[in-house]
Amino acid sequence: MLEANAIDLHYGAAQALRGITLTAERGKVTCVLGRNGVGKTSLLRALIGEHPISAGRILWEGADITPLAPYERARRRIAYVPQGRDIFPLLTVEENLETGYAPLGRDERSIPDDVFSLFPVLGDMLRRRGGDLSGGQQQQLAIGRALVMRPRLLLLDEPTEGIQPSIIKDIGRAIAYLRGLGQMAIVLVEQYLDFARELGDHFVVMDRGSITHACDRATLDEGALRRAMAL
Amino acid sequence: MDKETPALLYLDGVTVSFDGFKALNNLSLTIAPGEMRAIIGPNGAGKTTMMDVVTGKTRPDNGDALFDGSYDLTSLDETEIAELGIGRKFQKPTVFESHTVEDNLRLALKADRRARATLWWRESAAEAARVREILDIIRLPAVRDRLAGSLSHGQKQWLEIGMLLAQEPKLLLVDEPVAGMTDAETRQTAQLLKAINRDRTVVVVEHDMTFVRELGVRVTVLHEGAVLAEGSIDQVSAHERVIEVYLGR
Repeated sequence: MLEANAIDLHYGAAQALRGITLTAERGKVTCVLGRNGVGKTSLLRALIGEHPISAGRILWEGADITPLAPYERARRRIAYVPQGRDIFPLLTVEENLETGYAPLGRDERSIPDDVFSLFPVLGDMLRRRGGDLSGGQQQQLAIGRALVMRPRLLLLDEPTEGIQPSIIKDIGRAIAYLRGLGQMAIVLVEQYLDFARELGDHFVVMDRGSITHACDRATLDEGALRRAMAL
Repeated sequence: MDKETPALLYLDGVTVSFDGFKALNNLSLTIAPGEMRAIIGPNGAGKTTMMDVVTGKTRPDNGDALFDGSYDLTSLDETEIAELGIGRKFQKPTVFESHTVEDNLRLALKADRRARATLWWRESAAEAARVREILDIIRLPAVRDRLAGSLSHGQKQWLEIGMLLAQEPKLLLVDEPVAGMTDAETRQTAQLLKAINRDRTVVVVEHDMTFVRELGVRVTVLHEGAVLAEGSIDQVSAHERVIEVYLGR
């Protein structure tokens, strides 16, 4: 279980996160919604340790990971699919997937079959360069790379942004499958409400660096959620 | 030039593509002299590219960009455009941290910057008065002698807006001024921009809706490189397509 308790984050003197409290449980999808510029990506950067927090604590599987570097968090199987994918354009698809080996022991260094069953196109294009893939294929590759490290916490930053509808469906199916496995907690940052609503168990909406609305699948009030996300 | 317009800023059919992706797609937008306009829009809507075109950082593939009646912005470079009177404030504060607040403003004053003039510079009474005036506008007279690096985030943003004013621009382009500010600083920034707008034209790009409401000016919503809606904040926030775009549809 992930527990972020009252975290603040600053860029220099500018404050991007204000007292964010969030949990994510195994087998569940926690959706973080909100317009651009409200702090969603800053929250993920805080969770993976890419930027230090200035107040609060982050607990993962019972341990305080606040002081840990990103690679140490990766060893604790926290995987991140960044917005814009950040795949390596000059490496092949296979090599890109193999970069997910970094936090793994020698005996675990293989690409799980799930990667190719969820995203068959990656199997077809193993020898192609990452940079030659379409945006949607790169997104699948970035998710595949995260799955190589057998995550117990998977953080996804706007996986549908700029992606064609057919691939959005594939990505939605993949997230639903991973949720159903019950092996990982998933945090999904999205601006695409309909996509998030299909997959989410818990929802929070952010504005100005704070959480302004929170609900569960059972208590979800679509109108309230839409109002919290709209202008 | 064969075109003249009463608008201070006139964009017509502006298109910019990067690798086939149209960052601006036939964008048309006019800003009247003395107006303040807020520009909003989701990621990739073209807000930054629009400002890049206006300041000469990016050349459009197509379309007209005219300033102050007849200046063709697409044929001028960044320096020439700045000298015409278009000032731009980027999102991150960029003040000279190891100079005082007052010296930051002195450095930004519109003046002869050639070597001899700079070397023999003495502050004139008019310059001293202008610095005082700007300090009052940006509400920083009490910290005039402090090093800029010691200011709060909000104060740094105000100082940089003051430095922009010191260049005496006709048009100020301000990019996300209140990101990272406290609620009180956000309110004060809205008041500051309103005060500046009394004698200058202002275009402000913001995501912060509390702030945009506080400004109470006409809002333009950009989406996929073109204008999706325009009107008061209440009009655009009730606009069906705008709602859908913000819900990712």
